[in-house]
Order: sequence, then C-alpha cells, then structure tokens
Amino acid sequence: MQGIIKVGMADLKVVKEPDILTTLGLGSCVGIALYDRIRKVAGLAHIMLPDSCQIKNNTNKAKFADTAIEILVNEMVKQGASESRMTAKITGGSQMFSFGNSGSDLMKIGYRNTIATKETLNRLKIPIIAEDTGGNYGRTIEFYSYTGELLIKTIGYGVKTI
Amino acid sequence: MSFSLDDMNNTYLDVLKEIGNIGSGNAASALAKMLQKRIDMDVPNVRLLSFEDVAAVLGGEEMVVAGIYFQVEGDIDGNIMFLLDISSSKVLTSMLMGREDYSGDLDEMDRSALQEIGNILSGSYISSLSALTGLKMKLSIPSLCIDMAGAILSVPAIQFSQTFDNVLLIETILTEGDYQVKGNFFLIPDSESFEKLLESLGVYR
Repeated sequence: MQGIIKVGMADLKVVKEPDILTTLGLGSCVGIALYDRIRKVAGLAHIMLPDSCQIKNNTNKAKFADTAIEILVNEMVKQGASESRMTAKITGGSQMFSFGNSGSDLMKIGYRNTIATKETLNRLKIPIIAEDTGGNYGRTIEFYSYTGELLIKTIGYGVKTI
Repeated sequence: MSFSLDDMNNTYLDVLKEIGNIGSGNAASALAKMLQKRIDMDVPNVRLLSFEDVAAVLGGEEMVVAGIYFQVEGDIDGNIMFLLDISSSKVLTSMLMGREDYSGDLDEMDRSALQEIGNILSGSYISSLSALTGLKMKLSIPSLCIDMAGAILSVPAIQFSQTFDNVLLIETILTEGDYQVKGNFFLIPDSESFEKLLESLGVYR
C-alpha cells in the first residue's frame, strides 16, 4: 500500500518506496526534498526560518534551514540512504505580501530562507538538481519516493513537475 | 525574563478576548456605517493554536482565502492580519459595490475594495487597542493576497515562530441578514511589544 505522509510547518519526515511525502500550501517557508535514487529513500523538510543561531526560541530544530537539513540527512541515513548519493530539490520561499519599498527584512523572509537552504546544502555537499522558488504565490507539493519527482501545484500559476 | 505564550493563563486570555471583543465591535460598527446596513456580531472566539491547527480552522491549508496584511508601528511594533474566506470576501465586496449577486469572481475593483475593508476593520481594531492601552499605534498601507490559506498563514506563522510556537487567533463572525461574514484577526506584536502590551493592560507580572 502506498501511503501519503503529510509534512507540516516546522516538520520533517522520511519515507521509503513507494510512499509519497506532501506539504500543503507552502508560502514563505521552504520545502527541501532530499533523495537517494538507489535506495529510494525520500526526505522532506518544511522550514520556516533561515538560522537557528539568530533566534532564542530554537528548541524545534525542524524549524530552521541550518538544523533541519542536518537532521533530515541523519534520519535518511538511518533508513539506509547514503549521504554521498543524496540530491536536493527545493521549492517555496515566496513573498506573499509586499509593502512597496518599505519592505522590512521580515517581508523578504522567503528569499532569506531560500539562501540559507542553499548555503546549508552547499556546506553538506548535497547538489541541488532542481529549484522552483520565489514568486508571490503558494505551492502544494508531492514528493514521490519511487521516482524522486516533485510535483508542484499552485492556484493560478499552473502545475509542474521538477 | 521574556514572555512565553506557554505562561499564558486565563487572565491573559481574558484580557486578549476583551480586546478582541471591543476591537471587533468597533470594526463591526465601522463596517455597518460604510455599508449602511445592520451588522450583528458574535462574541469573538480567542484561541491559542499551534501552526498546524490554524489552517484547519480556516478549512485546510489549500482553502483559498483573502489575507490583508498591515505593519504596525509606534509604541508597539508588529503586524496585523485580517483574513477572510473567499465567500465572505465576495459577500463583503458585493455589498460594498451594491451588487445583488454575491457569487461572482473578484475583479480588480473588488480587490481594492477588500483592501479598503481590511483597512477600516483593522484601523478600528487598532484604535480600540490603542485607546485601551494608551499606546500609540499606526497602521501601514494594506497589502492583499488571495491564495492558499497555508501559504498566506506562513507569513504570520513565521513571525510568531521567532518567539512563540503558538499563534493567537481572534475569530469574529459578522452577520448581515442571511449572510455571514467570517473574519479572523491575527495580532502579531513582536516579542518586546507583547510584554509592553500586557504590561499596559496591567496583567504582566
């Protein structure tokens, strides 16, 4: 039986073939989909903030790009994945609202989340093989452990697979 | 000591509920004046929710909603969001435009009307809060986004998440004749402002 596992905000999950990971309504958060194509182990993290070091309230490690990706990698290794084979697909990081030029740092949080995600993946030497980030709209994603494909659905901006 | 929402006892919640009540009441009369219609309001529901539960309250992460977002500046810094489900948005804009049919799609005029409605409601909400606390607050121009609830909520959720792991939601139901408008306010003070707010209301230790 194929299961669909939901990943909430500030959450991460790992599945093996043939299960599917999904996150609904990704906005300024970033979804990081890691995959080992040989063992067919798939992991999805849904991060909210770029950096755990800058925030006092940092007990939930799945909330931050820097710590969530490390945990996701470890969890996937526990399920039999090899870190050296892992590839990444990233999505989300939208700017849902804008206030003209007076945009504070907080308004650019989607962009900052994307940058921090890339830096962490770079540090862990996990190549980013596909990306669909930015814009001003939400995304619902489905990540298939048997193919490594990431399906992205939007309202008014079409459906695509990366 | 910094304030945590986990410390929030019933007194805090009662005070916030009262602010929600007065603010929503003023917002409802502002709306009634604008529409020249009788608007009834239920006692607002103030709840502390986890991120996951907020979207569920609004009908799921993929439900299309209209979010109108403001920056708040002054003695208190933060944001305020007014959130309407799509049918409530259509009811409100149709009333404002004097249309009989409440089911049409939202066009550009409706979008700007929605921003204005958000402006008036959030403005009266903020002024009650300001009058009650004696703190000065100023609203920015509105920014509107119509998209999936999960995506829109990610913005206040991210802001809350820097300090808290829960979200404070004030849910108000306005009724005009047979039509119901369900609106949700999110008040998102930054963490120091939150303490200041509670202190000015005399509930902070």
